[in-house]
Amino acid sequence: MDAILFLLFATLAVIAAINLVVQTHPISSALSLIGVMASLAVLYLLLGAEFLAAVQLVVYAGAIMVLFVFVIMLLNAGAEKRQHSRSMMATVLGVPLLAGFLALIAYLIRTNMPKTSQVVFGSFKQGGPQDIGRALFTSYVLPFEVTSVLILIAIIGAVVLARKEI
Amino acid sequence: MFYLVTVIKAALIVFVILTAAAYMVWLERKVLAHIQLRLGPTRVGPHGLLQPLADAVKLLTKEDLIPPQVNLFFYMAAPFLAVFLALIPITVIPFGPEVTIFGYPTYLELTHLNIGVLFVLAVSSLSVYGIALAGWSSNSKYALLGGLRSSAQMISYELPLAMAVVAPLLMANSLDFREIVNTQAGYYLGFIPRWSIFQMPMPQFFSFILFMIAAFAETNRVPFDLPEAENELVAGFHTEYSSMKFAAFFTAEYINMITICSVATLLFLGGWHPLWPSALGSSFLPTLLFLGGAAIAIYHGLHPARPMDRFTLPAVGVIFGGIGLIFLVPILQPILIPLFWFLAKTVILLFIFIWVRGTLPRFRYDQLMRFAWTFLFPVAVLNLLVTSFLVAVTSK
Repeated sequence: MDAILFLLFATLAVIAAINLVVQTHPISSALSLIGVMASLAVLYLLLGAEFLAAVQLVVYAGAIMVLFVFVIMLLNAGAEKRQHSRSMMATVLGVPLLAGFLALIAYLIRTNMPKTSQVVFGSFKQGGPQDIGRALFTSYVLPFEVTSVLILIAIIGAVVLARKEI
Repeated sequence: MFYLVTVIKAALIVFVILTAAAYMVWLERKVLAHIQLRLGPTRVGPHGLLQPLADAVKLLTKEDLIPPQVNLFFYMAAPFLAVFLALIPITVIPFGPEVTIFGYPTYLELTHLNIGVLFVLAVSSLSVYGIALAGWSSNSKYALLGGLRSSAQMISYELPLAMAVVAPLLMANSLDFREIVNTQAGYYLGFIPRWSIFQMPMPQFFSFILFMIAAFAETNRVPFDLPEAENELVAGFHTEYSSMKFAAFFTAEYINMITICSVATLLFLGGWHPLWPSALGSSFLPTLLFLGGAAIAIYHGLHPARPMDRFTLPAVGVIFGGIGLIFLVPILQPILIPLFWFLAKTVILLFIFIWVRGTLPRFRYDQLMRFAWTFLFPVAVLNLLVTSFLVAVTSK
């Protein structure tokens, strides 16, 4: 059951990701990205990270992508035109470089990733909000605080930039 | 057995919610009419009670127009998305405690999630897509403006909504609806309920008010119904929709209202726990209410104001009396009494939604935004800070 769900949503994520690049219309691309994020949330859920799955939906699919879609709608961006004349460099070097890139990725995955047999669905149980909160405020308190300062700087920057306009 | 029970529950919940949404429309029209000294629907059925059915038939048989300028895929997908995302949160909402039906112990809810509150927030943050896509794909300026307004409004009001939800969660120390309701059981001094809005150390009254204000904006209701302001935008995001696709948006709006009122009941009003302890006779309240209603109906049936009242009102009285007596059956009491309290609280909140619609005028758009960011959000943060401070001080 877990394996079926994993395959289903992993395939969905990959298809949505490819669709995101292939589509010419910004709204279609944005919605494909939402599909990717929702599928990833299901994968988190399968791995036992319930809190992360919910946050993935709230923050990425809910907040950030709504903002994307909002901006696309506000600018009323239409479908972009495909450029038919490609440069010589792109036609000659494109395929070999892509193959090289894929080979590099495959090599990195093979060497650095843990053995797949180590992943057992349902074995990880510390994904609840209590566990995440405890980890954030004990083991990872410095990264947590640094991140919050970073976000504060971003907010102040946004306010300063908006002030100039008004 | 588990699958059978789940299927039955799912069918029952979908049926009840969709019927309730249809009758919310009837209730809204009736209450609004009486607020404005009109009668409301009276033609179809006694007191217009079959009006929702007639409306459904009318909408089903209407011609389904598809304007030529629309982006077809998104135009068709948007109403489905709206109803789908409105129905999902209902699955994690518990309507009552654990009960035993024919010897099978079960909870009065579809699924149990230990992050139920987060799940509802997550799905409701997605529900803006239905409206935004409908507005955009219609390719008409009114629909686009409506969709834009609703997106901006829902993004802005989601923040105070979430902030208002966090405060009672801090006191309950859980994200699980069942546990949240269970922490609100019991009474102070034997009669003051320990609901979140009364609970020590910080009664969540302000949170409740903030939550309700944000809920009005989230569900696009008056006074925050700018996305469908008739005098400016024809009908807002669903201007170009007709027939069942229009009905889908309509249903989604009412289902969202029911969901958000249920969540408010669970988080702030103690879920299915009665207002005063059953030792002081709270279990007899539903019987008394229904018998009182029956007595009034029969009295007016005996002194009829209209000729038909001689037959309809005694019938209503008998039905009400029968319902009232069902609440006295000892086997059914553990199921019906909690359900009664939960439904009573939710329906009162829904009535407030309608009452506000009949009372308040619409905001201007800049007022709406300024209200969210310069008043609602700071107050929500302040309330959260005070609550967390008091919880930290009083907890062991």
